[in-house]
Amino acid sequence: MTTTPQSLQPPVDYIPRITAQYSGLGYGEYRWLESEEVPAWTPLSKPISESKLGLICTGGIYASGQTAFHFKDDTSYRAIPTDVDLTELRATHFAYDLTDARKDINVVFPLEQLRSMIDEGALGSLAPHAYTLMGGIYSTRRVTEELIPALVQRVIEDEVDVVLLVPV
Amino acid sequence: MGLIARAIEEAGIPTLSMSSARDITRSAWPARSVYLDYPLGHTAGRPNDPELNASIMRDTLTAFEALTEPGAMSHLSYRWSDNDDWKDKVFAPVDSEDSSEQSSEYEDDRVARHDTPQYQTEADEAAAEHSHDGEECLVCAGIDY
Repeated sequence: MTTTPQSLQPPVDYIPRITAQYSGLGYGEYRWLESEEVPAWTPLSKPISESKLGLICTGGIYASGQTAFHFKDDTSYRAIPTDVDLTELRATHFAYDLTDARKDINVVFPLEQLRSMIDEGALGSLAPHAYTLMGGIYSTRRVTEELIPALVQRVIEDEVDVVLLVPV
Repeated sequence: MGLIARAIEEAGIPTLSMSSARDITRSAWPARSVYLDYPLGHTAGRPNDPELNASIMRDTLTAFEALTEPGAMSHLSYRWSDNDDWKDKVFAPVDSEDSSEQSSEYEDDRVARHDTPQYQTEADEAAAEHSHDGEECLVCAGIDY
């Protein structure tokens, strides 16, 4: 099938579309995070092929046996062993279509492909645990005061060289 | 997620954020990001296509080393389908069924915001109850109920 230039579109602008939907439904205005300062920068200390990687994902992923997330500003997190059997993983969320995540969790929690990168020699190793969050938390204050200090402490304790973040 | 990435980078650990919402990630402005032009719910790939997903991850890790400018975003070249018609339906108003009304309306297709655990299966709920029976759990942290 040939692709015509007319059928291609630029990236979706989610902020105006979601803002219009919320307003159309009569919800209060959502304040999007707008960072004004250039982000801090830490250079890589070694090649990725020799690095230990920490993984943090939103999307409401938990392993069977863990408490599931709830849908109202859930600032908790789950530690999922990175040697977990993928069939033990679940996803629950209020804001995205879970069909494909429940078919194959790797679309939002890329564990299988990270294991492949280790096998290929493109990645050194994985931290013993990945951390999963709900996301969609309205309160920036609660993220800053409760969730961020806990996660920063965990990745420092894990002695990872790099962190990959996968939001939904 | 942008706040978390920025805080980890500030704590001295390099980060890379994957994204399928370019404008949201740009606004949050993490240190390094890769943009994959897929529908929400597919930040890391497509279901049951391990070869494609490995290829996306290979390119993602390559970008981790290639990005050298604070706040820079790399675009991955994968496309969801031969055309971009899926983008027309994203958070778009739906046409009213009543043809006498000209306006389109939004449908609230999100789930109610329950504040209790929302299990994918009933078996998960039983498993969680069993594993937390009388014990403090070390992996389900920061729970607020």
